[in-house]
Amino acid sequence: MSHHIIEFNDVHFTYPDGTYALKGLDFRITHGESVGVVGANGAGKSTLISHMNGYLLPAKGTITIGDMQLNKSTINHARKTVGVVFQNPDDQLFMPTVFDDVAFGPLNLGMTKERVIERVNEALTTVGCLNLKDKPPHHLSMGQKRAVTIAAVIAMQPDILVMDEPAASLDPRSRRQLINLLKEFRHTKIIASHDLDLILDVCKRCLVISDGKVTADGRTDEILLNETLLEENNLELPLSLQHK
Amino acid sequence: MPNFDKEYFNIGYLDALSYKQTFIHEINPGIKLVVTLVFILIVVSFSKYEIHRLMPYFVFPVFLISAGEIPAWVILKKIFVVSPFVLFAGMFNPVLDTTIVYTISGIPVSGGWISYASIIIKFILTISSALLLIATTSFPGICFALDKLRVPKIFVMQLLFIYRYLFVLAEEAMRIVRARNMRAFGKHGRDIKTYINIIGTFLIRSIERSERIYHAICSRGFDGQIRLLRDINLKFTDIIFALISVSVFIILRMYDIAELIGDAVLKF
Repeated sequence: MSHHIIEFNDVHFTYPDGTYALKGLDFRITHGESVGVVGANGAGKSTLISHMNGYLLPAKGTITIGDMQLNKSTINHARKTVGVVFQNPDDQLFMPTVFDDVAFGPLNLGMTKERVIERVNEALTTVGCLNLKDKPPHHLSMGQKRAVTIAAVIAMQPDILVMDEPAASLDPRSRRQLINLLKEFRHTKIIASHDLDLILDVCKRCLVISDGKVTADGRTDEILLNETLLEENNLELPLSLQHK
Repeated sequence: MPNFDKEYFNIGYLDALSYKQTFIHEINPGIKLVVTLVFILIVVSFSKYEIHRLMPYFVFPVFLISAGEIPAWVILKKIFVVSPFVLFAGMFNPVLDTTIVYTISGIPVSGGWISYASIIIKFILTISSALLLIATTSFPGICFALDKLRVPKIFVMQLLFIYRYLFVLAEEAMRIVRARNMRAFGKHGRDIKTYINIIGTFLIRSIERSERIYHAICSRGFDGQIRLLRDINLKFTDIIFALISVSVFIILRMYDIAELIGDAVLKF
């Protein structure tokens, strides 16, 4: 299926304050792949993610999602295709109850009421949070909030799932549950994280980003074992590999 | 506990009360909203000298407090906090209106004092009923009711967002204040200059957060319209509650119950 493809072609981006964040990104992710994006702080990971569904548009270069090139007129298509889970759940859960939040996307896609309810229940069941349906987000724990944000995105049934630091501020058990959940997803997955063990567990392919460019692209188990490459990028061996 | 933290938990308290499960909490938010509005309108409709006619209306807040299991002190405290406004608003009534209307055991009472008292009583009645509405109804519930009553979406949206982010922003502010307190010793670090910086930081953080939220909203296909999915089913008890309370308000408006009871007692 061609619509699960995401391709960046020489993408450049400068913020209004003059920060030159992306300096010619090039990569292509195809259907069903799970890709980890790693890099030092300020390497451009978050900027990259903001480009994936057109919140930011490249100053130069092209982004192709499915068969369509991303520009102002195809933004809605991109947002339907690419579901983004943000770093801070509080930014993402903006509706007063969990149900309303998960229903927000499907309602905007113009689905019927019955269909929306079905989707919401399905998505919440997938992440194991159906019992939280009527709770306001400020009564949830961090792990629950995270799970709900994921439900909110998968309720829209995107082809590509993009996550920014999905395991940030989760306790070890919630983190493990999240990893198991991510492994079950058949979507094309793109995960930006400093949690290299999570990437090692979930992603087959790994992109290393440094100073707005892709500096390495290959199999996760090769890249995350390459100590010199990792150290050049302010990273280190995943914990699980350090004492072997 | 530091002051700021205390205030933060205080905001949450009224919200926590609204998640109780009593007969009052279960009543349809729309019905409660309409009944409260009717109550407020009727209370305000009395002329400024009719304080004895207002008294029976205390039945409504008292009923909500007891049936809704709301601690009375919470409501009293909140009323007290907003009272200065009203106390000042009517302050000159006793000076401006000095016609004697009553004489209570030899002490003449001027019309000004009566009208001042009526302002205060009306204030207590209306504010307490509004507070009780909030304390017994979840805030989203009120918003959905407003939406059903065709209040413009933009206001409903604003309210929903205020409710959602009030707690997030309060927590943010609490973190900033804590961070300052950790490194402020005595007077140093608590002066007005630091305050200005804190407010600045807070503003910038809020703006940045709002950008991220907007990004999140856009990512899920926001097109300027918030669609709410909520069935508001009227239950039998909702209708009974509305009928009884509104008819009691109207009867109290039409007949001077206090006087009727007084007459009846005097006849025996």
